[in-house]
Amino acid sequence: MLEIIGLGCVRGERRLFGNVSFTLEPGGLIWIQGGNGSGKTTLLRTLCGLTQAMAGEVRWRGEPIRAWGEDYRRELTYIGHANGLKEELSARENLLVAARLASQPASRVEVDGALQDMGLAGREHLPVKFLSQGQRRRAALARLKLAQPRPLWLLDEPFNALDAHAVAGVRKIMEGHLARGGMIALTSHQDVGVQATDTQTLRLDA
Amino acid sequence: MMRTLGHIVTRDVLLAMRRRADVATTLFFFVIVASLFPLGVGPEPKLLRAMAPGILWVAALLASMLSLGRLFDADYADGSLEQLMLAPEPLAMVVIGKVMAHWLISGLPLVLIAPVIALQFDLPTGSLGTLFLALLLGTPLLSLIGAIGAALTVGVRGGGVLVSLLVLPLYVPVLVFGAGAVDASTTGMDASGHLSILGALLLLGMVLAPWATAAALRISLE
Repeated sequence: MLEIIGLGCVRGERRLFGNVSFTLEPGGLIWIQGGNGSGKTTLLRTLCGLTQAMAGEVRWRGEPIRAWGEDYRRELTYIGHANGLKEELSARENLLVAARLASQPASRVEVDGALQDMGLAGREHLPVKFLSQGQRRRAALARLKLAQPRPLWLLDEPFNALDAHAVAGVRKIMEGHLARGGMIALTSHQDVGVQATDTQTLRLDA
Repeated sequence: MMRTLGHIVTRDVLLAMRRRADVATTLFFFVIVASLFPLGVGPEPKLLRAMAPGILWVAALLASMLSLGRLFDADYADGSLEQLMLAPEPLAMVVIGKVMAHWLISGLPLVLIAPVIALQFDLPTGSLGTLFLALLLGTPLLSLIGAIGAALTVGVRGGGVLVSLLVLPLYVPVLVFGAGAVDASTTGMDASGHLSILGALLLLGMVLAPWATAAALRISLE
């Protein structure tokens, strides 16, 4: 369970958001909305522990994430605005490396399966620099297929650059995760459209 | 923990192998800078022999700095630095892996080629071994210290110039004792004192630099 209590963030001189509170239970999804520059990415990064909050606290299973230390990072998967793919490596190599670094080693078969599910069959061996923006996003999101044991998914604009078909695929992956009792916090400018029993929305610029 | 270290080193070395031009640039920079001096100063063996330790070390310093920009910047730009920071390991461990890879890619080739370059300066054969040893101890230290500067300037525009201003003064002890060791051996003195200090500095750097780099990365990525 993820609890956010009175979270506030300041960027430079400007207050981005203040007093944000919500609780995410297993099977729950929160859709963080807001205009450009309203602090959606900062909020997600704060939930990861990459950015320190100016006020308030993030708690995971009742303990502040600071107290969890590195073990907290074993519980989450973050897909940021940038895809985190190395252009010189193929999609397959990228996923293998990412899985190893996340301490979730995946076999080549699993990686190829994840890429196939994201519609990248036959392109697994191509260096990422030869892929289109949408295909790169698909490769980045294929990490979700390998990150199923991680309960908390933090996704920054996951649908960016994806076509309708891929969006539907990602929705299905997310629904599967929620059905297994996972949690998702995501930002998106387009309709999330994920069927979930427990869906909250949070407007940052309201 | 050790496994993560290995994964990061393999990843970075693999990336360097895919971009061999970058590795070659550093090496050729060292070779060319070191070779310009005999051409510019003239073929006076006594003068060259006296200047050799200093020139070779300054060239090594500059070459090592040249490759610092790539240590974290490329990973920062494509978002993989964030992912590395989210690896369930202490960040200092990730940094050690990156620094080891940096040394393997840019430091080790330099250590291996330096004795050959030193022949242009008419260094006595006995000093070549000392040069090799001094560089072997000193270049990892250059990578360790340089990582702190590189981490502080991640994502800063024009960070390349800034990193040299930050890092070069910190390289001075390495230069003094590294060049000192070679100098001592050319004049027939015992170089073990200089080498011991270099070794001690390396141990100190290995303990302190990764933590400082990790802290700098956290600040830069806030």
